[in-house]
Amino acid sequence: MLLREVEYARPATVEEAIALLSEHDGARALAGGQTLVNVMKARAASPDVLVDLADLAELRTISFSADQSALEIGAMVTNTMVISSSEVEVARPILAEVAATIADVQIRNRGTVGGNVCVNDPTNHYPPLLSALGATFTIRSAAGERVVSAEEFFLGVYVTAVSEGELLTRISVPTRRPGTGDGMAGITLGAHGTYLACAAATVGPDGVRISIGCVAAVPVRATEMEERLADGDLSEAAVRAAAHGLGATLDPPSDVHANAEYRSHLAEVSAVRAVLQAAERAEG
Amino acid sequence: MSTTTSTTRTISVVINGTSYERDVPASLLLVHLLRDDLDLTGTHIGCDTGSCGACTVVLGGEAIKSCCMLAVQADGTSITTVEGLASDDGALTPLQQSFHDHHALQCGYCTPGMLMSATALLEQNPHPDEHEVKVALQGNICRCTGYWNIVEAVVAVGEGGAS
Repeated sequence: MLLREVEYARPATVEEAIALLSEHDGARALAGGQTLVNVMKARAASPDVLVDLADLAELRTISFSADQSALEIGAMVTNTMVISSSEVEVARPILAEVAATIADVQIRNRGTVGGNVCVNDPTNHYPPLLSALGATFTIRSAAGERVVSAEEFFLGVYVTAVSEGELLTRISVPTRRPGTGDGMAGITLGAHGTYLACAAATVGPDGVRISIGCVAAVPVRATEMEERLADGDLSEAAVRAAAHGLGATLDPPSDVHANAEYRSHLAEVSAVRAVLQAAERAEG
Repeated sequence: MSTTTSTTRTISVVINGTSYERDVPASLLLVHLLRDDLDLTGTHIGCDTGSCGACTVVLGGEAIKSCCMLAVQADGTSITTVEGLASDDGALTPLQQSFHDHHALQCGYCTPGMLMSATALLEQNPHPDEHEVKVALQGNICRCTGYWNIVEAVVAVGEGGAS
């Protein structure tokens, strides 16, 4: 497929990248390109300027925050890097587990965590997972840095808090504390295909957090179910009872794969499975 | 102070051991650089949407889809295409020989991509089991549906290497 003519730059520093994104209307950051290149083929997006982040080594690191309380994942870290990271394995292994189910090997090799969340396709894996884990997102502009929560970051279908002249640089995920467990479950098209509905959950000393994917423009926190589980009873019967009625509170889209009613049902089932998986791991 | 933008860029890339320097449009897909500019037509275009894997090449040791990457993004990298597998005298790699022995191709359209995905797998994991092979080939579609022999061929290479 031939793409429309496009201006291109490959800045050497984050500052230069931000300057380019600020100076040019219609400039887009190019991360791994696994979504952007394909939407450019389809003319669904036609950026005038591509700002290739490939040389920004500081965005390609996985490390711990100074106080060790958070795993810091650079926006240009690929899914394959997440899967093989010893830091992720120690601090939040669910990230590697989920990364290994995204698309296929070739796309995992090129696709980045930052690209995945900035696309914010409602069927993407990371948005509900990072929402459940309580991740924060660091966005830089010429004016400085700001840090936002998942609720503030994911704004709509393909829309995030990253606005013109800004760049997502880092995603911070709290490190797993003793007694904490994470789970993610969903129904996919094919073994590692697109989710029809999914849910991510984390349980621990601070209670339960549950986030549902594929049912709205942004991840939906199942707050009522979280509150029902606040007393700490995470037996299968208790989790099923807490989830009862969750599907009816959702208003998902219908498509050729699942109508709204079915997708709501799948979301409720996914939430139960994710919480039970997280609870089992919290004990282990 | 800012980097300038341009619709073209001079890139240097090593492909199958040969260094190339080319002025390319920023809009050029890597697969078109390979096929149209460098005549390396062994790399196929199937779906052109990142689904089928016919365009798979090995870049920096990793399998990637060359239809989902711009040629300018490959600047400074080292790439192996299917033409880089057999030696100059035509001797097949153990993987290619195994595809031959196990009848792991029917129409052959997906074969270059299958070979490159499996080549990357075997470099990282010389003795993959059946499940590992299936995961590694998940991004490669065979519309003849000849998957069984393909998986057998790749597993057999690993078993041969172990003996």
